[in-house]
Amino acid sequence: MHEAASSQDRLNDFAIKLANVNGTGSASANALLMKSMFRMGIPVMGKNYFPSNIQGLPTWYEIRVSGDGYVARSGRIDLMVAMNAETYARDVKEVSPGGYLIYDSSWPRPALLTRDDITILGVPLARMCNETFEGVRSRILLKNIMYAGVLAALLNIELDLMRSMLGESYANKKSLLEANVRALEIGHNYALAHFTCPLNLRVARLNKTTGHIMIDGNTAAGLGCMYAGATVGAWYPITPSTSLMDSFKSFCQKWRVDPQTGKQNYVIVQAEDELSAIGAVIGASWNGARAFTPTSGPGISLMNEFIGLAYYAEIPAVIFDIQRVGPSTGMPTRTQQCDLLLAAYASHGDTKHVLLFPNSPEECFYTAIQAFDLAERLQTPVFVMSDLDIGMNDWMCPALQWDDAYQPDRGKVLSAEQIAKLDKFQRYLDKDGDAITYRTLPGVHPKGAYFTRGSGHNQFGGYTEDSTEYQVVLDRLRRKFDTAKTLVPAAVMTGRGNQSVGIVSIGSCDGAVREAIDILKRRGIQVDYLRLRAFPFGKEVEDFLASHSTLFVVEQNRDAQLRSLLTLETAVDKKKLRSILHYSGLPMSADVIVTGLVAELGVVPVRSVV
Amino acid sequence: MSFMTKPKVAHPGLPRNQLGLTRRDYEGGMSTLCAGCGHDSVTAAIIEATWGLSLRPEQLVKLSGIGCSSKTTAYFVSGAHGFNSVHGRMPSIATGAIAANSQLYYIGVSGDGDTLSIGFGQFAHAIRRNINMLYILENNGVYGLTKGQFSASADVGSKAKKGEANQQPPIDAVQTALTLGCTFVARSFSGDKAQLVPLIKAGMMHKGFALIDVLSPCVTFNDHEGSTKSYEFVRDHYDAVVHADFVPPANEITTEYGAGEVVPVTLHDGNRIVLHKLDPDYDPTNRGKAINYLRDKQAHGEYVTGLIYMDSKSLDFHDVNATGSTPMNQLPFAKLTPGAQGLAKIMERYR
Repeated sequence: MHEAASSQDRLNDFAIKLANVNGTGSASANALLMKSMFRMGIPVMGKNYFPSNIQGLPTWYEIRVSGDGYVARSGRIDLMVAMNAETYARDVKEVSPGGYLIYDSSWPRPALLTRDDITILGVPLARMCNETFEGVRSRILLKNIMYAGVLAALLNIELDLMRSMLGESYANKKSLLEANVRALEIGHNYALAHFTCPLNLRVARLNKTTGHIMIDGNTAAGLGCMYAGATVGAWYPITPSTSLMDSFKSFCQKWRVDPQTGKQNYVIVQAEDELSAIGAVIGASWNGARAFTPTSGPGISLMNEFIGLAYYAEIPAVIFDIQRVGPSTGMPTRTQQCDLLLAAYASHGDTKHVLLFPNSPEECFYTAIQAFDLAERLQTPVFVMSDLDIGMNDWMCPALQWDDAYQPDRGKVLSAEQIAKLDKFQRYLDKDGDAITYRTLPGVHPKGAYFTRGSGHNQFGGYTEDSTEYQVVLDRLRRKFDTAKTLVPAAVMTGRGNQSVGIVSIGSCDGAVREAIDILKRRGIQVDYLRLRAFPFGKEVEDFLASHSTLFVVEQNRDAQLRSLLTLETAVDKKKLRSILHYSGLPMSADVIVTGLVAELGVVPVRSVV
Repeated sequence: MSFMTKPKVAHPGLPRNQLGLTRRDYEGGMSTLCAGCGHDSVTAAIIEATWGLSLRPEQLVKLSGIGCSSKTTAYFVSGAHGFNSVHGRMPSIATGAIAANSQLYYIGVSGDGDTLSIGFGQFAHAIRRNINMLYILENNGVYGLTKGQFSASADVGSKAKKGEANQQPPIDAVQTALTLGCTFVARSFSGDKAQLVPLIKAGMMHKGFALIDVLSPCVTFNDHEGSTKSYEFVRDHYDAVVHADFVPPANEITTEYGAGEVVPVTLHDGNRIVLHKLDPDYDPTNRGKAINYLRDKQAHGEYVTGLIYMDSKSLDFHDVNATGSTPMNQLPFAKLTPGAQGLAKIMERYR
């Protein structure tokens, strides 16, 4: 019998990590564990650290249980399930002092790989599987469900709940259901018989997940595309954006097929490369369909030429950049926010683009809809800057809501009647003074015809090599970017707004920043926080930057790209901006921010300005 | 230059098509190409064909990439939307535009640099997708705007203006298209309007990707002795194999071509294309034989022209996608979302 040495009670507040081999079916067991705690009303977060590989390389899944509802990584591992012999040594090392390690004791474990400051629990998972089940593949798969049973006993997860969840998964496969339930129970019973259950790490029912869902950002964004009324999706498969188009496709297969004719009210183009994917989006948007492409950094690099065309010829396009670690191929299955400058100024010549920064799967859904409205209103490419952490991990979010009164903003598109009344259609003439001009669609009216080109053009849509005519259009495009400032979602300020220290951050840093702010508060350090939701930056961003004497820019890249963007595009004094950077490829945890900020504040006195 | 406007004076006696429009109504801006350029003859053939088909100008969409040939979309049918995109990437713009609206006529004009070098991949995949468009490749074997470099269609041994002979094997657009599964493959010559105009009509009405590779000499950089894309060389090595006439359902089939067998092909919409086989042994519906025929003729230095291959029953991009008949850009918003009720149902799966 091994018993926990730690006296600290960790009710509904701990992190577990499951070390597996890619392709062995561990994902369903890990999802079962997480989802069962979620259904017990306890806030959870799951992060998948997977290799760029189909089968055989190490993969980890981390579940944070947080009664307080924190969504970032905790930075500690209280319980490790070490199922991968290859990574066993590093997995043992990673357990926080006082924590637990569970391993498969069917085979002897190297004596060297032990620690005095953690509790090591052996379970003969493979042996019990081999004794109970037939077939190599099912033994491998059921070993995972078996450790889920072990954890259910150790952590006090309700076994009945897990049984019923297995029932949902295998509703039509009775023999599979029986085998899974059996594996679950064997694991559970073994733990009850051999260990003191539950551990000091344990869960107990809460009611904090009512009205919530567990969803990943790509699924939510694909759903958002359907709700936005997108009818053309073009893409080239690339990790970690692929599941966004998978999501759009599966929702459309369910909801966009005409029940009478069986015909599809959507078109998906799997293009030959990202150049073609963005070309198809531009062609479709030019022709009046809502069109989008999901991609990642390498895809944006390839799309640059076309993005410039869409900017200059003023064609809507929605681009989802599910950022991954660069440069070059980088680490395709790891997360970063490293495409900010690439996207903001994509393509040659003077170009600037609208960027949106969702902080969660929930915002991926709503931001997707905003992106189409903005792209059509502004007649320009709009980037949704998600990342792998948001895109591919299951996050707990409030259930998504829909307002049936919503109507898409199709922007300034002239109808046949409007065109007929015109003396002459002038494509790039700023009639309304907001720097947004009127466009026409092919097939509507012969008087609406114009020639779209990426070469120099005047405000009437004609070809030009005249300096003045060229500049009139280029200057209006700059003014249009000012109009964009008034249309994009405003930054969100948290705090009293009167502190001397402010944090500025974006996207998936948000969970870690909010947790860090709570930790700092407990240490007596008050900070204000501005979460940017879009580029270009609005007045509220200028105001926040001006009213704080010390600013920490928290972001996930090496080169402080957000800080660069702020110095380039606002009036902020560069010296006020300090960086807290995290670019390991793993999602950010609060301690990075707390440590970075406290170290810097050692020389900056903290005081309230009031 | 394309920003110059032509005087719009229509003589009252000009012939009118079914819409009551004259050929002048299908013209565009003034050409800025060199005097005598083959491309201007192709532009004239497009004007003749679209007028002859009585297409409503706004029902036509003109697409192009970058290069001399790509400029020409500004020189015909000014009542049609035009899109001069980026170099070699017109096929992807066309793919998206066609995805958005299946009910318009799409004509792409491209050159050999645009199609066979920088845009070779896009060209190939547009063929694979069998998007419903007419793709005219104005082929002169040379880069004009950058002053005379060989293109990928230049034949081995063909000489540049300054005497340098091309050493790299050419990419033959017609043979490429045939091997990629293209459903309408033709070759013509800018100097043969009698052949080209009916081919353009047939290509416009074909459902699927129609390629016409038009030998279109560059008078400035590739019309000299020793070039295999000069007016003289093409005229001397010209072998018309199948003449195609486009015939609307109401019209009677009449043949003006003497020799050969006449084969009518009915299109998806009831229109017909009448093939006049000038070589009685040739079968324009047999892809494999067409490829062999082309290779044999090529070995003798001959350009096979006419409608080389046609499959009138193929599934186009929208057939394969099972797209509904209402164009994607005209679907009412209510049909596109399952609303709040639907979302509530969807959310159940994530609880």
